Amino acid sequence: MQLTVEEQEMLDGKYGKGTQIAMKIQVALGEVFDAPKMVPVSRTHVALSNQEADLWFVEKLVNAGAKCRVSPTVNPGFNLEYFQCITTISKEDEQTIRRTRQAYKDIGATLTFDCTPYLEKNVPRFGEITAFSESSATPFINSVYGARTNRESAQSALCAAITGRTPLYGFLLDENRKGQVLVDVQADVKNDFDYQLLGYAVPKKLQFKTPVFVNLPTTPSPAALMNLGAQLNTAGNVPMYHIVGVTPEARTIEDAFQGDEPERIITITQEDLDQVHAEITDPVGKIDFALFGCPHFNLNQVAQVAELVKGKKLEVKLWIMTSSLTKELATRMGYLETLQAAGGDIVDDTCMDQPCWEFLYGKKGVTDSPKCAYYTKRRNMQFVIRKVEDCIEAAMRGEVS
Amino acid sequence: MSETYACHKVSEGVIEGDVLISTDDFCFYLVDPKTGVVIEKNHCLEGQSIADKILVFPSGKGSSVVQADGMYQLKMTGKGPKALIIKYPDTVLVASSIIMEMPVVDRVPNSFYEQVKNGDKLRVDADQGTLTILS
Repeated sequence: MQLTVEEQEMLDGKYGKGTQIAMKIQVALGEVFDAPKMVPVSRTHVALSNQEADLWFVEKLVNAGAKCRVSPTVNPGFNLEYFQCITTISKEDEQTIRRTRQAYKDIGATLTFDCTPYLEKNVPRFGEITAFSESSATPFINSVYGARTNRESAQSALCAAITGRTPLYGFLLDENRKGQVLVDVQADVKNDFDYQLLGYAVPKKLQFKTPVFVNLPTTPSPAALMNLGAQLNTAGNVPMYHIVGVTPEARTIEDAFQGDEPERIITITQEDLDQVHAEITDPVGKIDFALFGCPHFNLNQVAQVAELVKGKKLEVKLWIMTSSLTKELATRMGYLETLQAAGGDIVDDTCMDQPCWEFLYGKKGVTDSPKCAYYTKRRNMQFVIRKVEDCIEAAMRGEVS
Repeated sequence: MSETYACHKVSEGVIEGDVLISTDDFCFYLVDPKTGVVIEKNHCLEGQSIADKILVFPSGKGSSVVQADGMYQLKMTGKGPKALIIKYPDTVLVASSIIMEMPVVDRVPNSFYEQVKNGDKLRVDADQGTLTILS
């Protein structure tokens, strides 16, 4: 791999031990993928997770004196002060989140604590070279904006933030952004929830190829595209997708396939979506709570829930996880008041896969997100998966049927 | 009698162990770190332990944080696999493996996949780029 003088000096330790560790990892990555050189990145996002490996790695770099050249936005851990008001947080968990916040502050991150930075704080232009981790972020950056990122891990994105570089390979190169498999959607995709199921159904049939969707609506909402990307990267590993007539590198089918023929054509039927829905949901019955915001809800989604619960009473507790900016807007616009009057709440800076939800372990909830249901298996949380309207109806009855 | 195959280093290391094959993609977060047992619903290895195995699987899957977290916890409890043999390297799995010092190889010939069975004793030499089925 060809390094510039400055990059070689980073590798040799001239910019300190922390930068050296980061560059070493990136050179190793570049060698695996046969990258000829490094390229500068202008934006980064680190999928902070507040888990052991995350804290271990960021503290190791901080202790070695690392500082970010390109300040990354970061994912949420949990909102300690909020959860201390509604439940008991163990000393150990309190210490971990405090250390995580401190370490990311010390390394020079921008402390957004949200998983949808691509909607409001870290928005790239077409063609921009970036390093985004977070499974709903990577496909949004590549597919919806036409900016470029590989499917970075939290750690490799942090290395890119520190060195300001990323190895040139994969989805940074024109030829690898080409569509490979034509996905003919014969199912009736009509709301944001259908994109969750579509995203979950496709990877098994795809086998690591880049999908090009046809026969989808041409005016999907931002939430629909967010859901599609998030689920494609829960059930599988799909850093980029094209939707003909919607995403910028797929104005036409020829454009999406860069003039080549599709390697394969797969069809997704309504039965495929129904089958995947039946597979991933836990059994219906009494529920204890409703949880939304995996990925974080945007303002329109919050408004939708507020409208549905307006003037009504929820039988079980309901939370919506959002960014602090969305929560602030929801407060200004009265959505928070409406939600709280019905018995719900908005919590910012928080992910569902965090120990702050311990009071819900062993219980059953309802959510619109397969991703939420998948990762919380380890925390022994059960989820019935339904579209938002049905979730709210269930939360008002305390039961899903 | 042993047979040797060429491969390509993803993450360094030399190790011997027993083979366990997964036909499904793999997410290390959905393994119980206390036992090494796969807890993912409907996964082909659900209920089996990956502890001390040389795990052969197509590709990593799952979010950009959980592979490293899952691997780290398994490393701490000593219930993780000894090495990985993969078909489709992705950035998340590769970066996690390098950081967690897990030996990993890819670009293995089809003849290896035709020959290898669960329980085979295998030597993985990522540094030299060789795989040897020992018995």
